Amino acid sequence: MSIPENLMYTAEHEWVALEGTTASVGITDFAQQALGDVVYVSVPAAGSEVTAGEPCGEVESTKSVSDIYAPVDGEVIESNPEIDDDPGLVNTDPYGAGWLLKIRLADDAEPAGLLTAEEYTALTKEAE
Amino acid sequence: MTTPDPAKPRETPLRGVHDRLGASMTEFAGWLMPLRYRSETAEHRAVRTAAGLFDLSHMGEISVRGPGAAAALDYALVGHLSAVPPGRARYTMICAADGGILDDLIVYRLADEEFLVVANAANTGVVLAALTERAAAHDAQVTDETARYALIAIQGPAAAGILGPLASVPLDGVRYYASQPATVAGRGILLARTGYTGEDGFELFTAPQDAEHIWSALTAAGTEAGLVPAGLAARDTLRLEAGMPLYGNELGPAVTPFDAGLGRVVKLDKPGDFVGRDALAAAAQAAPRRVLVGLLGGTRRVPRHGYPVLWDGQPRGEVTSGAPSPTLGVPIALAYLEPAAASAAETADSGLAVDVRGRAEPARLTPLPFYHRTSSRT
Repeated sequence: MSIPENLMYTAEHEWVALEGTTASVGITDFAQQALGDVVYVSVPAAGSEVTAGEPCGEVESTKSVSDIYAPVDGEVIESNPEIDDDPGLVNTDPYGAGWLLKIRLADDAEPAGLLTAEEYTALTKEAE
Repeated sequence: MTTPDPAKPRETPLRGVHDRLGASMTEFAGWLMPLRYRSETAEHRAVRTAAGLFDLSHMGEISVRGPGAAAALDYALVGHLSAVPPGRARYTMICAADGGILDDLIVYRLADEEFLVVANAANTGVVLAALTERAAAHDAQVTDETARYALIAIQGPAAAGILGPLASVPLDGVRYYASQPATVAGRGILLARTGYTGEDGFELFTAPQDAEHIWSALTAAGTEAGLVPAGLAARDTLRLEAGMPLYGNELGPAVTPFDAGLGRVVKLDKPGDFVGRDALAAAAQAAPRRVLVGLLGGTRRVPRHGYPVLWDGQPRGEVTSGAPSPTLGVPIALAYLEPAAASAAETADSGLAVDVRGRAEPARLTPLPFYHRTSSRT
């Protein structure tokens, strides 16, 4: 189970990489293992406003569908162009090539409610 | 002796194997079963191109024995079991008096007076109770033998080539839907050429203490040919591609065999009464009240169990099973449709859709099965 130290996390099993005012977002290794083979990902178009804690897309696998929750308030600036042709990237490289979307933060303050790698690790252990 | 905890799922004799293979386990019908080992899509593809190895020890095995066994089954089930020769098997159903399906079954006739009824794991108790009650007036004994068996299936075009060298009988002599006692890897089993994948394959009924040995022997013999362990997730997408119904989805107490397009299993011309005869005879004559159809999804969003099927924007049916099809590359689904909507959709280019979580996704009818294996059956 991979939980990189340098990322932030949500209780809904997303990871967040903060660089200045941009948050890159994907789902975690824990999430992709639980889902199984991902067959389709739907994320909002560039320009869409998203609200922290609200569903903003779906990840569909062989057996199930999970909502993606926006981890921060902001505007979608980019979604992963590779994901449509190769949704399996979410399984094989959830923190790298399997990234899902990039959000420009609504304000400059550090987003609230994100978990550290240590906190997220503890959460996943409870879930097992 | 400690009393078993009813909340804990039952383990199969292959639990240790699954753990060593790193399987993702799931609880299914009160059993702890392997859902997938690595990728369910890869496991599915392996069964279509090479072979997969399945632990199906959760299935129920009920023996019906005695001079009246055949007559008891003729009465209890919709099929004509007394007409089945020893060494052959039948896909059949057990129905309630109103014609509703209690379970779908494979019944193996092992001898003149000995039958093995294989039931779905979730229905073993119901089937056992119904068979016991219905056999009461016959000279037959009904016994739950689930704990006496493990069940291993090897399915795929390479299955016969892998199993052949380990088996004491030539597999060419084992016809589709036939069974016979045999020895595999030195252990006595009941060998059957049956399966739930749409490929050639075998189901091995083994003693629980022999299961690991036989699994290991098959694994060693099959690795070079591409044999992989396969879990319940792959099992479900394989049977769906093969157009095979699943109890709880396509079949249930509110559905008759005729609704499901399986009227052929109801042998109304067999002599004697059977449970559900009057209701099923009426259903055979009546206009169909629903039709089970195959759907191809027009987008990548998958029609799933319970989603409404729309004809011209109006709900006219419901999806019973749906999944992405690894072989076809598009979502596939089984659905019940109102007959009028099914007829209309047959002759139209568009108009059919599935409401996938609030958005209508186009779909079109397709004949079943979605997938046909190309090689002929022996």
